[in-house]
Amino acid sequence: MKTIAFGIAYVLLAPVIGGLLVGLDRIISARMQRRVGPPILQPFYDIFKLLQKKTVVVNRLQNPAIFCHLFFMIATGFLFFEGSDILLIIFVLTLSGVFLVLAASASGSPFSHIGAERELILMTAYEPMVLMMLVGIYKVTDSFHFYAILESAKPLIVYLPGIFVGFLYILTMKLRKSPFDISYSHHAHQELVKGIMSDMSGKSIAMVEIAHWYENVFLLGLVYLFFGFSPVLGIAAVILTYVFEILVDNTFARFRWELAFRSAWLVALVLGGGNLIALYALMGGA
Amino acid sequence: MTALLFLILFPLIPAVLLLAVKHDGARGVITRLAVGVIVAASIGLPWLMNAGLPVYFSFDAEWAGKAMFFIEIFLAGLIFFLGLKYKHYLTSVLITLQFALMAWYEFSLSGTVTIQQHLFLDRLSLIMAIIIGVIGGLICVYALGYMRDFHDHHREMPDRRPYFFFVMFVFLSAMFGLVFANNLVWLFFFWEVTTLCSFLLIGYTKTAEATTNAFKALIMNLGGGLAFAGAIVWLAWSGGPLELKALIASPQAMVMIPVALLCFAGITKSAQMPFSSWLLGAMVAPTPTSALLHSSTMVKAGVYLVLRLAPVLAGSYVGAAVALVGGVTFLLAAFIAISQSNAKKVLAYSTVSNLGLIVTCAGVGTAAAVWAGIFLIIFHAVAKSLLFLCVGTLEHRIGSRDIEDMDNILIKMPTLAVMVLIGIGGMFVAPFGMLISKWAAIRAFVHAGPVMSPILILLLAYGSAVTVFFWTKWMAKIMEVSVLRTGHDPLEDAISYDERFAHWAHTVLTIGVCLAFPLVSSQLVEPYVAEVFGQAAGMEAGNLMLTGIMVALILILPTIAFPYQRKAGYVFGTAYMAGLNEYPDRMYDGSLSQRRKATLKNYYLAGIFGEEKFMKVGVLAGTCLLALMLGAALL
Repeated sequence: MKTIAFGIAYVLLAPVIGGLLVGLDRIISARMQRRVGPPILQPFYDIFKLLQKKTVVVNRLQNPAIFCHLFFMIATGFLFFEGSDILLIIFVLTLSGVFLVLAASASGSPFSHIGAERELILMTAYEPMVLMMLVGIYKVTDSFHFYAILESAKPLIVYLPGIFVGFLYILTMKLRKSPFDISYSHHAHQELVKGIMSDMSGKSIAMVEIAHWYENVFLLGLVYLFFGFSPVLGIAAVILTYVFEILVDNTFARFRWELAFRSAWLVALVLGGGNLIALYALMGGA
Repeated sequence: MTALLFLILFPLIPAVLLLAVKHDGARGVITRLAVGVIVAASIGLPWLMNAGLPVYFSFDAEWAGKAMFFIEIFLAGLIFFLGLKYKHYLTSVLITLQFALMAWYEFSLSGTVTIQQHLFLDRLSLIMAIIIGVIGGLICVYALGYMRDFHDHHREMPDRRPYFFFVMFVFLSAMFGLVFANNLVWLFFFWEVTTLCSFLLIGYTKTAEATTNAFKALIMNLGGGLAFAGAIVWLAWSGGPLELKALIASPQAMVMIPVALLCFAGITKSAQMPFSSWLLGAMVAPTPTSALLHSSTMVKAGVYLVLRLAPVLAGSYVGAAVALVGGVTFLLAAFIAISQSNAKKVLAYSTVSNLGLIVTCAGVGTAAAVWAGIFLIIFHAVAKSLLFLCVGTLEHRIGSRDIEDMDNILIKMPTLAVMVLIGIGGMFVAPFGMLISKWAAIRAFVHAGPVMSPILILLLAYGSAVTVFFWTKWMAKIMEVSVLRTGHDPLEDAISYDERFAHWAHTVLTIGVCLAFPLVSSQLVEPYVAEVFGQAAGMEAGNLMLTGIMVALILILPTIAFPYQRKAGYVFGTAYMAGLNEYPDRMYDGSLSQRRKATLKNYYLAGIFGEEKFMKVGVLAGTCLLALMLGAALL
């Protein structure tokens, strides 16, 4: 029962936290670029404005797909904080991603088509690392469940340093940060024709944005797992990770898709695979 | 036992009738009636048996053994002759060797062997029988409409439909025999009949390409058959058991060589690397043949045998090599599938890939892995058959099997398009069965041992990431719509009732199996695994519930969201083209006032995932691993 309450708390609070994080991101990014930046509540103002706008759709399948994208994104986080099997949850996340790609393809514009294809390339790029991470966590804690992993009180970061760094690499993709923002970017120069979102407007954009906030909070939850043995350290690590990703976002130029794809697979193979092999060598089979 | 014999022998009646009947209407009546009987009998097996499973039947079957041997002589002669006639001499050599082994067994060794129980039915056989009966039967019904269209489209080809349907039903008969046989010699007999049937079906059109590919399939599968015959002779010669049940219960050290040979046979039949090319070549055949080979027969016979041997493979070097052959095939076939735009080739590579995963599960050989492997067989059979049947119909309607030509089918043929989407979803997306089975496979691989686990996890991690790519881009193509709906399109009406019936039945099955998943697990798969391994495997109740809820949601959500948008006052606009749109069909006026047309093509990443490159890698890796497997067995 208690875990379901946590799940519901996620559903209610994640958009607030996610929005604030994006607001913070904008301010920190602005300061890095010697600007003042918008108020911290700016993302919420944006969303409220979008919700009042007229929604134009190109294809009748577009919006049901976006709705499913949002729904399964919320489901992902809910199930994660509710303590369901993370391996299964990751597939729900993939399902959500598939719906976003379908929504973008449905419009038939070349711009969103390219965005959709690139989003798919990113999904293919990051998935191996995610699976390796979960197997690594399972190997150490013998569980795929959020609370059981925390209760095991194992310092995952000590067992899985390679996997953690590899995860940080693909986290940049998932947070849609430069250098991997090839399908959809938050930077100002991309505001009008924005890859996967080229043909979305009004409520559609709002839904995709909110889904992204939900996703960010879920992803930071994954980061927390690595340091979950000590809540203070965990929260500190989450904040540091987020600031680090903002720094990366502001210091890297965008990669071409080939580089993004190849490097992500290589990092996963060397850091993730290497860590897994070491883990099995040290801990044995069974 | 009568029920088992009935299922094996009954399909031969419509087979012979269909060979004699030339009239299309009569063919339809016979096929539909026969399929009805086969479907009812295969689903009704547990009730017809009137006994708890598993049941083994011992009876005096000398007559049957003799009859089979005579048929074998005839078939061997036929294959020998065909090999000479078409100048594929390797065929004749292989069949001679194989026949020599079997003659040795029959005349000199069989006297020393006693085989008690010839036929059996356990829960795995039952699952296979239902797949063969239901899916195979539906494909036969589909073929009625498809083959009529096929010969309308290809007037240059001789209409040999009586022969086609004859072979289809013989195939079903042999498959039933294959899954009910406990006697390895019988199993071998049915095994060879399926090889011959697939050869005849692939070569149906008699074009030069079809003949070449049919012989390619025949040669590879005869190679597998030779290994199978070798296993039988070895067992008979060394006094080992010639019964499946006893073989599985034998200590590893005693039977490793014949088991490795049987795995070799299974690997050729299930088109694993390095033998994948025969299944791809088989794509030249009419679609019902592809559907039959890929879903319910042939390749499933291969994985069935390897999965049966799983208890002996568990923890052995041979098992490790088998798992690696499967794992490498899973990964490389998925890679190649990315670079393909021909829908049938994508389906073929995805079959090879998924079979690889099943073989890996068998090679790992733990209770959990076998549980996952059986579910992969079930879900793959249904979803893949649905996809083949849809693509076959699409090809006749839009005149192309290229995925790039499948935009706008949502407007032209909405029902069929949605069925393709369901089929693709069924292949790779949560909460559908294939993905759930893959999930179970990952969990099983985590416990595959300190060396095998990380390797298998890596192969699976990359392979499944790639799977998402090639399926989603196909779905995305179908979602693309660039023309306005102008009234009712007659394209969909032209689909024959038989085809439509098969489509609908498959669609209902694809979803139905996902919903019935907990039941199938608790009634069939879990008891089977418990009985073979003596330990339980399955899914946690929470996860079962979760997948059930998700299946329901994924069906309901789009249905609610679809009409909602009209109420919500959404406005319809045109796609962004960076120019002035000229509806329809992605026309726009560009910046210099020129009228242009935008065309959208998917990414195929051929530079990274080229077919040629990875096929070579696969053949090399597969050959090395098989050599290692046989080497490990000898040691």
